[in-house]
Amino acid sequence: MSDALSQLAIDFSLLSLFAFGGVITVLPEMHRTVVEVHGWMSGAEFARLFALAQASPGPNILVVSLIGWKVAGLAGAVVATAAVCAPSSILTYAVSRIWQRFRGARWRSVVEDGLIPVTVGLMLSGGYLITLAADHSFGAFAVTATTVAVVMSTRIHPLWLMAAGGLLGLAGWV
Amino acid sequence: MSETGPADAPSVAELFLRFTQVGASGFGGVMPWARRMLVEERRWLNADEFSEVLSLCQVLPGPNIVNMAVSVGTRFHGAPGAIAAFLGLLCAPFAIILLLGALFTHYGELPAISAAFRGISAAAAGLIVAMGLKMAASRRLRSPMAVFALAAFVGIALVRLPLGVFLLMAAPASIAAAAWRSR
Repeated sequence: MSDALSQLAIDFSLLSLFAFGGVITVLPEMHRTVVEVHGWMSGAEFARLFALAQASPGPNILVVSLIGWKVAGLAGAVVATAAVCAPSSILTYAVSRIWQRFRGARWRSVVEDGLIPVTVGLMLSGGYLITLAADHSFGAFAVTATTVAVVMSTRIHPLWLMAAGGLLGLAGWV
Repeated sequence: MSETGPADAPSVAELFLRFTQVGASGFGGVMPWARRMLVEERRWLNADEFSEVLSLCQVLPGPNIVNMAVSVGTRFHGAPGAIAAFLGLLCAPFAIILLLGALFTHYGELPAISAAFRGISAAAAGLIVAMGLKMAASRRLRSPMAVFALAAFVGIALVRLPLGVFLLMAAPASIAAAAWRSR
Protein backbone atom coordinates (compact mmCIF):
# COMPACT_ATOMS: atom_id res chain seq x y z
CA MET A 1 0.00 0.00 0.00
CA SER A 2 1.16 3.49 -0.77
CA ASP A 3 1.87 5.89 2.07
CA ALA A 4 -1.30 7.88 1.58
CA LEU A 5 -3.42 4.72 1.45
CA SER A 6 -2.05 3.23 4.65
CA GLN A 7 -2.32 6.61 6.34
CA LEU A 8 -5.98 6.82 5.30
CA ALA A 9 -6.60 3.31 6.58
CA ILE A 10 -5.03 4.01 9.97
CA ASP A 11 -6.47 7.48 10.57
CA PHE A 12 -10.01 6.68 9.44
CA SER A 13 -10.30 3.38 11.28
CA LEU A 14 -9.47 5.25 14.50
CA LEU A 15 -12.13 7.83 13.62
CA SER A 16 -14.59 4.97 13.27
CA LEU A 17 -14.25 3.99 16.93
CA PHE A 18 -14.49 7.60 18.14
CA ALA A 19 -17.56 8.48 16.10
CA PHE A 20 -20.13 8.48 18.88
CA GLY A 21 -23.24 10.02 17.38
CA GLY A 22 -22.14 9.63 13.78
CA VAL A 23 -19.86 11.27 11.27
CA ILE A 24 -20.60 14.86 12.30
CA THR A 25 -18.96 14.36 15.67
CA VAL A 26 -15.68 13.39 14.01
CA LEU A 27 -15.84 16.20 11.47
CA PRO A 28 -13.40 18.37 13.48
CA GLU A 29 -10.95 15.47 13.74
CA MET A 30 -11.35 14.64 10.05
CA HIS A 31 -10.64 18.28 9.20
CA ARG A 32 -7.62 18.29 11.51
CA THR A 33 -6.20 15.12 9.95
CA VAL A 34 -6.93 15.85 6.30
CA VAL A 35 -6.25 19.60 6.17
CA GLU A 36 -3.92 20.41 9.05
CA VAL A 37 -1.83 17.28 9.65
CA HIS A 38 -1.43 15.85 6.14
CA GLY A 39 -2.26 18.88 4.00
CA TRP A 40 -4.14 16.67 1.54
CA MET A 41 -6.48 19.54 0.64
CA SER A 42 -7.38 23.09 1.61
CA GLY A 43 -10.08 23.90 4.14
CA ALA A 44 -12.26 25.29 1.36
CA GLU A 45 -11.96 22.08 -0.64
CA PHE A 46 -12.81 20.04 2.45
CA ALA A 47 -15.95 22.15 2.92
CA ARG A 48 -16.89 21.66 -0.76
CA LEU A 49 -16.53 17.88 -0.55
CA PHE A 50 -18.62 17.90 2.59
CA ALA A 51 -21.32 19.97 0.86
CA LEU A 52 -21.27 17.56 -2.08
CA ALA A 53 -21.78 14.62 0.29
CA GLN A 54 -24.67 16.44 1.99
CA ALA A 55 -26.29 17.15 -1.37
CA SER A 56 -25.96 13.56 -2.54
CA PRO A 57 -28.34 10.70 -1.63
CA GLY A 58 -27.28 8.19 1.00
CA PRO A 59 -25.59 8.30 4.39
CA ASN A 60 -23.47 11.44 4.86
CA ILE A 61 -20.62 9.26 6.14
CA LEU A 62 -19.77 8.92 2.44
CA VAL A 63 -17.93 12.23 2.65
CA VAL A 64 -15.00 9.98 3.57
CA SER A 65 -15.31 8.21 0.20
CA LEU A 66 -14.87 11.57 -1.52
CA ILE A 67 -11.91 12.46 0.68
CA GLY A 68 -10.29 9.09 0.01
CA TRP A 69 -10.93 9.44 -3.69
CA LYS A 70 -9.39 12.91 -3.73
CA VAL A 71 -6.29 11.62 -1.90
CA ALA A 72 -5.70 8.32 -3.70
CA GLY A 73 -8.28 7.70 -6.42
CA LEU A 74 -10.74 4.79 -6.44
CA ALA A 75 -8.53 2.70 -4.14
CA GLY A 76 -8.47 5.62 -1.73
CA ALA A 77 -12.27 5.83 -1.79
CA VAL A 78 -12.66 2.12 -1.04
CA VAL A 79 -10.00 2.12 1.69
CA ALA A 80 -11.33 5.25 3.40
CA THR A 81 -14.93 4.00 3.35
CA ALA A 82 -14.02 0.55 4.60
CA ALA A 83 -11.74 2.00 7.29
CA VAL A 84 -14.40 4.30 8.66
CA CYS A 85 -17.16 1.65 8.59
CA ALA A 86 -15.47 -1.65 9.43
CA PRO A 87 -14.31 -1.24 13.05
CA SER A 88 -17.61 0.21 14.27
CA SER A 89 -19.60 -2.32 12.22
CA ILE A 90 -17.69 -5.26 13.66
CA LEU A 91 -18.31 -3.88 17.14
CA THR A 92 -22.02 -3.43 16.34
CA TYR A 93 -22.18 -6.98 15.01
CA ALA A 94 -20.59 -8.37 18.18
CA VAL A 95 -22.77 -6.30 20.52
CA SER A 96 -25.98 -7.04 18.55
CA ARG A 97 -25.45 -10.74 19.21
CA ILE A 98 -25.39 -10.29 22.98
CA TRP A 99 -27.46 -7.12 23.38
CA GLN A 100 -30.67 -8.80 24.57
CA ARG A 101 -28.87 -9.59 27.82
CA PHE A 102 -28.31 -5.88 28.55
CA ARG A 103 -31.92 -4.82 27.99
CA GLY A 104 -32.84 -2.12 30.44
CA ALA A 105 -29.48 -2.35 32.19
CA ARG A 106 -28.86 0.77 34.24
CA TRP A 107 -25.33 1.34 32.95
CA ARG A 108 -26.74 1.71 29.44
CA SER A 109 -28.60 4.89 30.30
CA VAL A 110 -25.67 6.10 32.40
CA VAL A 111 -23.32 5.71 29.42
CA GLU A 112 -25.83 7.48 27.19
CA ASP A 113 -26.37 10.34 29.63
CA GLY A 114 -22.63 10.74 29.94
CA LEU A 115 -21.88 10.68 26.22
CA ILE A 116 -24.68 12.93 24.99
CA PRO A 117 -23.26 16.25 26.28
CA VAL A 118 -19.86 15.43 24.80
CA THR A 119 -21.52 14.52 21.50
CA VAL A 120 -23.38 17.82 21.44
CA GLY A 121 -20.14 19.75 22.04
CA LEU A 122 -18.51 17.82 19.18
CA MET A 123 -21.42 18.59 16.85
CA LEU A 124 -21.17 22.28 17.63
CA SER A 125 -17.41 22.11 17.05
CA GLY A 126 -18.05 20.50 13.66
CA GLY A 127 -20.50 23.25 12.75
CA TYR A 128 -18.09 25.93 13.85
CA LEU A 129 -15.11 24.52 11.96
CA ILE A 130 -16.98 23.73 8.76
CA THR A 131 -18.42 27.25 8.80
CA LEU A 132 -14.95 28.75 9.07
CA ALA A 133 -13.76 26.48 6.26
CA ALA A 134 -16.72 27.19 3.96
CA ASP A 135 -17.40 30.88 4.48
CA HIS A 136 -15.03 33.54 3.18
CA SER A 137 -17.36 36.46 2.57
CA PHE A 138 -20.09 38.40 4.29
CA GLY A 139 -22.63 36.83 1.90
CA ALA A 140 -21.50 33.32 2.81
CA PHE A 141 -21.85 33.98 6.54
CA ALA A 142 -25.28 35.46 5.86
CA VAL A 143 -26.33 32.27 4.01
CA THR A 144 -25.06 30.10 6.89
CA ALA A 145 -26.83 32.24 9.50
CA THR A 146 -30.08 32.29 7.54
CA THR A 147 -29.93 28.51 7.08
CA VAL A 148 -29.49 28.06 10.83
CA ALA A 149 -32.44 30.36 11.56
CA VAL A 150 -34.71 28.62 9.03
CA VAL A 151 -33.84 25.10 10.21
CA MET A 152 -34.42 26.09 13.83
CA SER A 153 -37.83 27.61 13.17
CA THR A 154 -39.40 25.56 10.34
CA ARG A 155 -39.55 21.95 9.18
CA ILE A 156 -38.43 22.69 5.62
CA HIS A 157 -36.40 19.95 3.88
CA PRO A 158 -32.61 20.67 4.00
CA LEU A 159 -32.27 20.13 0.24
CA TRP A 160 -34.29 23.29 -0.43
CA LEU A 161 -31.89 25.31 1.69
CA MET A 162 -28.87 23.96 -0.14
CA ALA A 163 -30.61 24.70 -3.45
CA ALA A 164 -31.31 28.26 -2.28
CA GLY A 165 -27.67 28.63 -1.27
CA GLY A 166 -26.61 27.41 -4.69
CA LEU A 167 -28.86 29.93 -6.45
CA LEU A 168 -27.57 32.79 -4.31
CA GLY A 169 -24.05 31.66 -5.16
CA LEU A 170 -24.90 31.62 -8.87
CA ALA A 171 -26.32 35.11 -8.53
CA GLY A 172 -22.92 36.19 -7.25
CA TRP A 173 -24.03 37.06 -3.72
CA VAL A 174 -21.84 34.61 -1.83
CA MET B 1 -53.62 -2.99 9.72
CA SER B 2 -53.56 -4.36 13.26
CA GLU B 3 -54.82 -7.80 12.22
CA THR B 4 -51.78 -8.44 10.06
CA GLY B 5 -48.99 -10.00 12.09
CA PRO B 6 -45.32 -9.30 11.59
CA ALA B 7 -43.98 -10.17 8.17
CA ASP B 8 -41.87 -13.29 7.68
CA ALA B 9 -38.17 -12.97 8.42
CA PRO B 10 -36.43 -11.61 5.31
CA SER B 11 -33.93 -13.61 3.27
CA VAL B 12 -30.32 -12.45 2.89
CA ALA B 13 -31.04 -11.30 -0.67
CA GLU B 14 -34.06 -9.35 0.52
CA LEU B 15 -31.97 -7.61 3.19
CA PHE B 16 -29.52 -6.53 0.51
CA LEU B 17 -32.27 -5.34 -1.81
CA ARG B 18 -34.30 -3.37 0.73
CA PHE B 19 -31.26 -1.68 2.23
CA THR B 20 -30.15 -0.76 -1.28
CA GLN B 21 -33.44 1.09 -1.71
CA VAL B 22 -33.04 2.77 1.67
CA GLY B 23 -29.48 3.88 0.90
CA ALA B 24 -30.35 5.33 -2.48
CA SER B 25 -33.47 7.16 -1.37
CA GLY B 26 -32.31 9.23 1.57
CA PHE B 27 -31.28 12.83 0.99
CA GLY B 28 -29.79 14.57 4.02
CA GLY B 29 -30.50 11.75 6.44
CA VAL B 30 -31.29 8.12 5.72
CA MET B 31 -32.67 7.06 9.08
CA PRO B 32 -36.29 8.16 8.41
CA TRP B 33 -36.30 6.00 5.28
CA ALA B 34 -34.87 3.06 7.18
CA ARG B 35 -37.64 3.38 9.77
CA ARG B 36 -40.29 3.58 7.08
CA MET B 37 -38.98 0.45 5.37
CA LEU B 38 -38.38 -1.59 8.54
CA VAL B 39 -41.45 -0.65 10.57
CA GLU B 40 -44.12 0.50 8.15
CA GLU B 41 -43.53 -1.25 4.84
CA ARG B 42 -41.81 -4.57 5.61
CA ARG B 43 -42.73 -4.80 9.30
CA TRP B 44 -39.48 -6.62 10.08
CA LEU B 45 -39.44 -4.68 13.38
CA ASN B 46 -42.24 -3.09 15.38
CA ALA B 47 -41.94 0.50 16.59
CA ASP B 48 -40.55 -0.48 20.00
CA GLU B 49 -38.00 -2.85 18.55
CA PHE B 50 -36.90 -0.13 16.16
CA SER B 51 -36.38 2.37 18.99
CA GLU B 52 -34.42 -0.21 20.93
CA VAL B 53 -32.12 -1.01 18.01
CA LEU B 54 -31.72 2.70 17.31
CA SER B 55 -30.66 3.47 20.86
CA LEU B 56 -28.10 0.68 20.64
CA CYS B 57 -26.78 2.12 17.37
CA GLN B 58 -26.53 5.56 18.94
CA VAL B 59 -24.57 4.40 21.95
CA LEU B 60 -22.06 2.51 19.82
CA PRO B 61 -19.45 4.43 17.81
CA GLY B 62 -19.78 4.69 14.04
CA PRO B 63 -22.41 6.05 11.68
CA ASN B 64 -25.82 5.27 13.21
CA ILE B 65 -27.43 4.20 9.95
CA VAL B 66 -24.58 1.81 9.11
CA ASN B 67 -24.86 0.34 12.62
CA MET B 68 -28.61 -0.01 12.07
CA ALA B 69 -28.10 -2.02 8.87
CA VAL B 70 -25.50 -4.25 10.55
CA SER B 71 -27.67 -4.79 13.60
CA VAL B 72 -30.84 -5.63 11.64
CA GLY B 73 -28.87 -7.91 9.31
CA THR B 74 -27.34 -9.68 12.31
CA ARG B 75 -30.72 -10.10 13.95
CA PHE B 76 -32.14 -12.07 11.03
CA HIS B 77 -29.14 -13.83 9.48
CA GLY B 78 -26.00 -13.36 11.59
CA ALA B 79 -22.82 -12.38 9.75
CA PRO B 80 -24.13 -12.98 6.21
CA GLY B 81 -27.17 -10.84 6.97
CA ALA B 82 -25.00 -8.07 8.42
CA ILE B 83 -22.75 -8.05 5.35
CA ALA B 84 -25.71 -8.07 2.94
CA ALA B 85 -27.45 -5.16 4.67
CA PHE B 86 -24.16 -3.22 4.98
CA LEU B 87 -23.29 -3.63 1.29
CA GLY B 88 -26.86 -2.92 0.25
CA LEU B 89 -26.92 0.32 2.20
CA LEU B 90 -23.60 1.64 0.90
CA CYS B 91 -23.02 0.36 -2.67
CA ALA B 92 -25.42 2.59 -4.61
CA PRO B 93 -24.70 5.84 -2.73
CA PHE B 94 -20.97 5.09 -2.98
CA ALA B 95 -21.20 4.83 -6.78
CA ILE B 96 -23.39 7.94 -7.00
CA ILE B 97 -21.13 10.07 -4.83
CA LEU B 98 -18.01 9.13 -6.78
CA LEU B 99 -19.80 9.98 -10.01
CA LEU B 100 -20.72 13.38 -8.58
CA GLY B 101 -17.14 13.79 -7.36
CA ALA B 102 -15.80 13.05 -10.85
CA LEU B 103 -18.22 15.52 -12.44
CA PHE B 104 -17.23 18.07 -9.84
CA THR B 105 -13.53 17.62 -10.59
CA HIS B 106 -14.16 18.18 -14.30
CA TYR B 107 -16.57 21.07 -14.04
CA GLY B 108 -15.97 22.41 -10.52
CA GLU B 109 -13.53 25.04 -11.78
CA LEU B 110 -16.15 26.62 -14.03
CA PRO B 111 -16.96 29.99 -12.49
CA ALA B 112 -20.70 29.31 -12.33
CA ILE B 113 -20.26 25.93 -10.63
CA SER B 114 -17.74 27.15 -8.09
CA ALA B 115 -19.94 30.18 -7.34
CA ALA B 116 -22.95 27.92 -6.78
CA PHE B 117 -20.87 25.65 -4.56
CA ARG B 118 -19.79 28.53 -2.37
CA GLY B 119 -23.49 29.03 -1.62
CA ILE B 120 -24.20 25.31 -1.20
CA SER B 121 -21.22 24.90 1.17
CA ALA B 122 -22.38 27.86 3.26
CA ALA B 123 -25.88 26.37 3.55
CA ALA B 124 -24.50 22.89 4.35
CA ALA B 125 -22.43 24.41 7.16
CA GLY B 126 -25.57 26.06 8.49
CA LEU B 127 -27.34 22.67 8.58
CA ILE B 128 -24.64 21.29 10.85
CA VAL B 129 -24.68 24.30 13.17
CA ALA B 130 -28.47 24.04 13.42
CA MET B 131 -28.29 20.32 14.19
CA GLY B 132 -25.83 21.00 17.03
CA LEU B 133 -27.98 23.84 18.39
CA LYS B 134 -31.12 21.69 18.27
CA MET B 135 -29.39 18.96 20.24
CA ALA B 136 -28.01 21.53 22.67
CA ALA B 137 -31.55 22.81 23.28
CA SER B 138 -32.87 19.35 24.16
CA ARG B 139 -34.14 18.54 27.61
CA ARG B 140 -31.30 16.18 28.43
CA LEU B 141 -28.79 19.01 28.32
CA ARG B 142 -30.57 21.22 30.85
CA SER B 143 -28.41 20.11 33.72
CA PRO B 144 -24.90 20.69 35.02
CA MET B 145 -23.89 17.99 32.51
CA ALA B 146 -23.93 20.77 29.89
CA VAL B 147 -20.48 21.71 31.15
CA PHE B 148 -19.16 18.67 29.24
CA ALA B 149 -20.64 20.05 26.00
CA LEU B 150 -18.86 23.33 26.68
CA ALA B 151 -15.62 21.48 27.45
CA ALA B 152 -15.90 19.58 24.17
CA PHE B 153 -16.42 22.79 22.21
CA VAL B 154 -13.48 24.53 23.87
CA GLY B 155 -11.19 21.49 23.61
CA ILE B 156 -12.00 20.51 20.03
CA ALA B 157 -13.12 23.66 18.21
CA LEU B 158 -10.95 26.25 19.95
CA VAL B 159 -7.90 24.49 21.41
CA ARG B 160 -7.97 21.89 18.57
CA LEU B 161 -6.99 18.92 20.72
CA PRO B 162 -6.83 15.59 18.89
CA LEU B 163 -10.19 13.83 19.36
CA GLY B 164 -8.68 10.69 20.90
CA VAL B 165 -6.78 12.65 23.54
CA PHE B 166 -9.86 14.67 24.39
CA LEU B 167 -12.22 11.68 24.60
CA LEU B 168 -9.86 9.67 26.78
CA MET B 169 -10.07 12.49 29.32
CA ALA B 170 -13.65 13.68 28.86
CA ALA B 171 -15.67 10.50 28.27
CA PRO B 172 -14.74 8.74 31.54
CA ALA B 173 -15.27 11.98 33.48
CA SER B 174 -18.62 12.60 31.83
CA ILE B 175 -19.85 9.02 32.33
CA ALA B 176 -18.68 9.10 35.95
CA ALA B 177 -20.60 12.35 36.47
CA ALA B 178 -23.72 10.78 34.93
CA ALA B 179 -23.34 7.75 37.21
CA TRP B 180 -22.94 9.98 40.25
CA ARG B 181 -26.03 11.99 39.29
CA SER B 182 -28.16 8.85 38.86
CA ARG B 183 -27.40 7.45 42.31
